[in-house]
Amino acid sequence: MEQDKKRLVVVGNGMAGIRTIEELLKMSADEFDITVFGAEPQPNYNRILLSPVLSGEMPFQDTVLNDWNWYEENHITLHTGKTVTKIDRMRCTVETEDGIVVPYDRLLIATGSNPIMLPVPGIDLPGVIGYRSIADVEQMLAAAQPGKRAVVIGGGLLGLEAANGLSLRGMEVSVVHLCEWPMERQLDKVGGGLLKEALEKRGLKFYLSRQTDAILGETAVTGLRFKDGEEIAADLVVMSAGIRPNIALAKSAGIHCERGIMVSDTMQTYDPKIYAVGECVQHRGQTYGLVAPLFEQAKVAANHLAQYGRMRYEGSSVSTKLKVTGIDLFSAGDFNPVAGDDELLLQDAARGVYKKLVLRDNKLRGAVMYGDTVDGPWYFQMMRDGTDVSEMREHLLFGQMHLGDSGHGAGASVANMPDTAEICGCNGVCKGSIVDAIVDKKLFTLDEVRAHTKASASCGSCTGLVEAILANTLGGDYSAKPSKKPICACTEHAHQDMYKTIRARGLKSIPELMQALEWKTADGCHVCRPALNYYLLAAWPGEYVDDSRSRFINERVHANIQKNGTYSVIPRIWGGVTSPAQLRAIAEIAERHEVPTVHITGGQRIGLYGITKENLPKMWAELVEAGFVSGHAYGKSLRTVKTCVGSEWCRFGTQDSTGLGIMVEQMTWGSWTPHKFKIAVSGCPRNCAEATIKDFGIVCVDSGYEIHVGGNGGVKVRVTDFLCKVSSEAEVLEYCGAFMQLYREDAHYLDRTAPWIERVGLPFVKRHIVDDAEGRAELYARFLKSQQYSQDDPWKERAEGKEAHEFTALATIV
Amino acid sequence: MNWIQVGNLEDIPRQGSRVVKTATGEIALFRSVDDQVFALNNRCPHKGGPLSQGIVHGKRVTCPLHSWVIDLESGEAISPDSGCAHRLEVRVAHGELFLEAEAGVCKA
Repeated sequence: MEQDKKRLVVVGNGMAGIRTIEELLKMSADEFDITVFGAEPQPNYNRILLSPVLSGEMPFQDTVLNDWNWYEENHITLHTGKTVTKIDRMRCTVETEDGIVVPYDRLLIATGSNPIMLPVPGIDLPGVIGYRSIADVEQMLAAAQPGKRAVVIGGGLLGLEAANGLSLRGMEVSVVHLCEWPMERQLDKVGGGLLKEALEKRGLKFYLSRQTDAILGETAVTGLRFKDGEEIAADLVVMSAGIRPNIALAKSAGIHCERGIMVSDTMQTYDPKIYAVGECVQHRGQTYGLVAPLFEQAKVAANHLAQYGRMRYEGSSVSTKLKVTGIDLFSAGDFNPVAGDDELLLQDAARGVYKKLVLRDNKLRGAVMYGDTVDGPWYFQMMRDGTDVSEMREHLLFGQMHLGDSGHGAGASVANMPDTAEICGCNGVCKGSIVDAIVDKKLFTLDEVRAHTKASASCGSCTGLVEAILANTLGGDYSAKPSKKPICACTEHAHQDMYKTIRARGLKSIPELMQALEWKTADGCHVCRPALNYYLLAAWPGEYVDDSRSRFINERVHANIQKNGTYSVIPRIWGGVTSPAQLRAIAEIAERHEVPTVHITGGQRIGLYGITKENLPKMWAELVEAGFVSGHAYGKSLRTVKTCVGSEWCRFGTQDSTGLGIMVEQMTWGSWTPHKFKIAVSGCPRNCAEATIKDFGIVCVDSGYEIHVGGNGGVKVRVTDFLCKVSSEAEVLEYCGAFMQLYREDAHYLDRTAPWIERVGLPFVKRHIVDDAEGRAELYARFLKSQQYSQDDPWKERAEGKEAHEFTALATIV
Repeated sequence: MNWIQVGNLEDIPRQGSRVVKTATGEIALFRSVDDQVFALNNRCPHKGGPLSQGIVHGKRVTCPLHSWVIDLESGEAISPDSGCAHRLEVRVAHGELFLEAEAGVCKA
């Protein structure tokens, strides 16, 4: 052990103490030799999850936060099952009951709290248990036989969770509570009443406004007597009448304590070498029993232990959720209005929904919600930010969904949250960090998000929100179980790795890629090869040589195969504008080739159907001669730019939609995209070109151009999202190119823009296309660069003899 | 039984296919990535799609119409689909392709 390292001793192997070490290791891994003493025999586990362990919804193993390896990997000396009984502040040592003496340079006290055991006769009887540790849970479980009777003293958060857990284990459970309703510190009378009702339906029995006089029994507990004389039977009594900071050790060392160990804003006790965090401390007159404040304290303590000396702990405002599956309850702030406060109430008895908001000076002071708690984090956020809510007061009770634009789908409530909204109150994780982690680290499961961000890794009550964010960020690809979907059976790799991997590793051909990424088949299959070909093409414009053998037939021969093996030919008609000469040319060609069907397509073009493969180059030569190019009606590529006649003719037209459409089509034609890409330009909001169901839609208005993205008129109709409004045609072109390029670089092969946007979220697109002018310009530049190599007409090339083998028989046997 | 020369190996692109026309229908010749050559009727057992237009991968081809996958060695559809595109004998000798046929001559 190096001499010059300072020694940090932590008394208390619980959530607050270990979180402080984690924070410290993040900042300065080598500052200290760390020794941890824990009175319990387990490594650090998540005390908040004792209730699910008790109810049988979770095994203990899943609550372990830091397993034995963690201590070893971080070179932390851990003494479990050792109670520290003495701090010698003169010699700077701590001493355990069995005589281990360890010197310290800095000491951190994180001894937590003890359950309050009421001073009533019989409290020492076997069968009377506190509720604080896994040992308590094990003791309860040993006693929890179906049909036996349990009495929980204390109808607070913890008491109700214990009662629910024991009830799920088959016991007959009664809750004894001093007040008129349960959880009076978090709920008002109405909310408490609703909660009581819900719990009664689950089989709990309540004795409210009752005081315990004595616990009965000779050798073990048999019952309980109230002050009013009534007696009830009990085989198990759980004390959950509150917690008391565990200050005995600090007090014996002469450290100043009141209810808890007194600490300053730097989490220092009155002895500057000694810090304290967690439930054992008293800060600005407050003690805390919830996890979020403990973690805030841990951050501050670590900052000072690492000698950064920058942070101050200034107290916490706390919100609460009850972890009883199926009961939604949220509470935060001061929810009992005082004179001058406004109270907003929503009560829907049939739906079991109750919401109360308390406003003071147009700011949210407190919230109680029961039955529908989706907006809890939103209210809590506004409470902490001190947001002025006078503007939204009318709609405030109905939640965030009710503000702003309508017409967004389900799941919009998390989509609408700002990135700064706090999702996980325990660990202080906001939405933006979760989304970033999901995107950057390609996270796909709740467990991965927990591992990377710690969101929902403590009390778990925000699990639903985190899942919603995950689902919202990933769209259809989110599955509650594992994990990334491989592209096909040839590989373990998923679509989302591909574009970036190709760029990062400089992979330039399909065989090279398959070798580098350990493809399981020699040359892939019809699923992965077209995908890889696309990603390579998008990644290396002008450099990658398109592999026609990895193209689906339509893209290989630049025509659409029909059910009888013949093909369709659809020439490009720019912006849907044609002329007698063009029509005549098409008519003559159709006649000459005896085309069986001539059809007006949905994209304002003319389709010639039933052309044999051998005839394609000849027909193309004639079309090219007449000035046509391929319409790419067969490709994962830009299809058409549909327009209306706009201001040139229409009495309502506001802009030259046809002219703009032609410009857009001339810029974008020939580009390969993850899936087909359709554009439309409407000359006014009557929207005759149906721009709001296109991948990229432009709706002209008098003052400029509205840009809409992510529409789809196919299998699943989706109306576009409004992206932004711009004022010039040049901007339309730039936004269009940038959007297509973002889609090309980010979407999975065979993702239309609609599911892509549902997965990545509109804010992602806005961030890149609207907010970030420099990024937009770069995307646009990359799009234009790649277009330099993609606007050679494939029909002309083939009419001139390219890939002739595609169009001729090898031989004829007669 | 005759062996009729129908062209050279080089005439078929690797991972590609060419068609030989006969009086009784088209025959598709496939060349795998490792230069093996296979011959099947150019009709998918499903709905008659032209197998020669499919993507060739390993010793398989995927029909362009509804993505049935056909084994090039046997002509059988890969389970769960079932059906057969009937293979024919084809040989490569000194880079030249010979196709088995009842009778007939090759017209270039």
